[in-house]
Amino acid sequence: MTNIPSLVLALAQKEPSDTFYTHAPEWTWLVVVYFFVGGIAGGSAFLGAMLDLFGAPQDRPIARLAYLVALPLITIGGPLLIWDLNRPERFWHMFIQSETGRPMFKYWSPISFGAWGVGAFGLFALLAGVGALAEMGLLPRALRALREGPLGKIISALAGLFGLFVAGYTGILLAATNRPLWADTSLLGLLFLLSSISAAAAALILLSWRRGHPGSLHWLSQMDAYSSVLELVTLIVIVVSLGSVVREVWGNGWGVLLAVGTVLLGILIPLALHFRPRLAGRMSLPGAAALVLIGAFVLRAVVVLSSEAV
Amino acid sequence: MAQTAQGTPAASAQGSPSTENFPAGTPVIVEGTPALGGSPMPGGSPPPPGTPVGAMVGTPAALPSPADNTAAFPAAVPFDAVPMGFYTDTTVCIGCKACEVACKEWNGLSSYNGGVNLLSGDSYDNTRRLDGEHWRHVKFIEQFDDTSQGRQGRWLMMSDVCKHCVHAGCMEVCPTGAIIRTEFDTVVIQSDVCNGCRACIGACPFGVIEINPTNKTAMKCTLCYDRMQAGLTPACAQACPTASIQFGAIDDLKRSAQQRLEQLQGLGETRAQLYGADDKIVGGLNSFYLLVDEPEVYGLPAAPKLPSRNVPTGGLMSTAGAVAMGVLGLVGLRKRRMDQFAAERAGAEDGTTRRDEEVTGD
Repeated sequence: MTNIPSLVLALAQKEPSDTFYTHAPEWTWLVVVYFFVGGIAGGSAFLGAMLDLFGAPQDRPIARLAYLVALPLITIGGPLLIWDLNRPERFWHMFIQSETGRPMFKYWSPISFGAWGVGAFGLFALLAGVGALAEMGLLPRALRALREGPLGKIISALAGLFGLFVAGYTGILLAATNRPLWADTSLLGLLFLLSSISAAAAALILLSWRRGHPGSLHWLSQMDAYSSVLELVTLIVIVVSLGSVVREVWGNGWGVLLAVGTVLLGILIPLALHFRPRLAGRMSLPGAAALVLIGAFVLRAVVVLSSEAV
Repeated sequence: MAQTAQGTPAASAQGSPSTENFPAGTPVIVEGTPALGGSPMPGGSPPPPGTPVGAMVGTPAALPSPADNTAAFPAAVPFDAVPMGFYTDTTVCIGCKACEVACKEWNGLSSYNGGVNLLSGDSYDNTRRLDGEHWRHVKFIEQFDDTSQGRQGRWLMMSDVCKHCVHAGCMEVCPTGAIIRTEFDTVVIQSDVCNGCRACIGACPFGVIEINPTNKTAMKCTLCYDRMQAGLTPACAQACPTASIQFGAIDDLKRSAQQRLEQLQGLGETRAQLYGADDKIVGGLNSFYLLVDEPEVYGLPAAPKLPSRNVPTGGLMSTAGAVAMGVLGLVGLRKRRMDQFAAERAGAEDGTTRRDEEVTGD
């Protein structure tokens, strides 16, 4: 009968992957930063929509804040992607067939449906963000309609759904290659999604921990903890299932960085602070949140750059 | 001069999945010269009378008939729109690199070599890999036993190129539609459409594609699509002096390769094998090889896969994760509300009891 240690040993001794015969696409720091800001933007919109649609009136300020985080971050993310192209002046070829003028959409290509998904998310993040600014009295009163009634709920729901898409598709985009690590697991989408929700909750906590309603902050902290636990489990499953690929890609400084930066600083210590808030007193909440953000950034940097380095 | 190629006629002939291609009927413009505006070289002209066509197998429509040979420069006859490609017999490659040079000359590719002009120290290989400006690459594999002091061993040489996969990973992921399948079932990148997102580079299971430093778009072998449209043999196959690179209709090439395989095995070379001649490797390779060792020895993956293989599972797992987080979020909000109600009720009951006590006290 196969026991767990022998299964782990068998996985670790798997034949080298066929992904080691490929070239790196040179997706580097611009992509890492995009994955980070795009993930927080998408996760924020999801959390904002949850509070908007199912929360209490006391959650309204945090929901507003969530959209006001999502909008600028995705506004930064789009140009980062364009800047990363070798021919940025042709970025519109992602959306329009340059020779025929027809829409360019390939649902089976993550980078193609990703471009459309980011565009759609940008639109709903803009509507929700404008509504939030109007609600705060910074834009004409008429624009409050974007946050009220059925229209407001539809905008929130779509911003949240497209936000979830943006939070997770980046991992699937990496998996839809033939590169070491990226293509050796199909769990990167899930990993990035969970990390994005965790990082978004952390960002919202950091921005509101002094003035936010305790009930809203508690819920955000809970979401952060849930997603961190699931993220840790997903990461462990990835490491075990990768077998010998782990040795090749993470059996070096990248692996150390992942273990220290993401697992220890970004997941374990924040979870300890969540369950034992007295450890750092009043600074437990913001301290844990700051560490989660560091961990989320390190995770993306390690996943992207360690494969690029092979 | 630009020419228009409709949809994917050759792809359907090979049974390529429709998901690789544009929706039916979508016109795709193919530049007549997809490379860097390469100019014809002497090797690109129709062969003079009596010149053997060399490395072309079959394709009677393309071969000059005896009548053609009577003309000073016989007009090339366009090839039929059938799957065409390369069969590379590595056992007769002598590592002369004529194919590399012919490819560079015809396609106008620079010799910039990433700015590196040093000897690599890796056998006789100084270009080292296929990339945006090296569309042909001759690999040198030295198999010498150290203990025999060089008396026993062999050289393996192989002219590598884009495999023009029947199910092409690069084409699958390309978000701009720059990568198309031609009427000859070959795979071509339209450099005037490519925006340099580099998705195809990581998607290619063979490490063929790279960004060309001159025009900053992804580039690779076109199987000399411009020459094929004019009924000419690709430059590398024409230049190969040993017919290691053979060009022709895929069915003819497979027959020829099978005969050669049987010949080698009959001579005792039991390691001889065809790589990519059947549909086991990404649906088949329109540039396939005869090898005399395991594919990995030549730097070829044993079982290359399509990049899309992870998308359904990845999408499903991510969706499950999103649903789980949504449910956890809802449970958290509901629990908070229930706690609030309980606290309010407790507060109200507490208030009532206190009032009752006050009343009783009165």
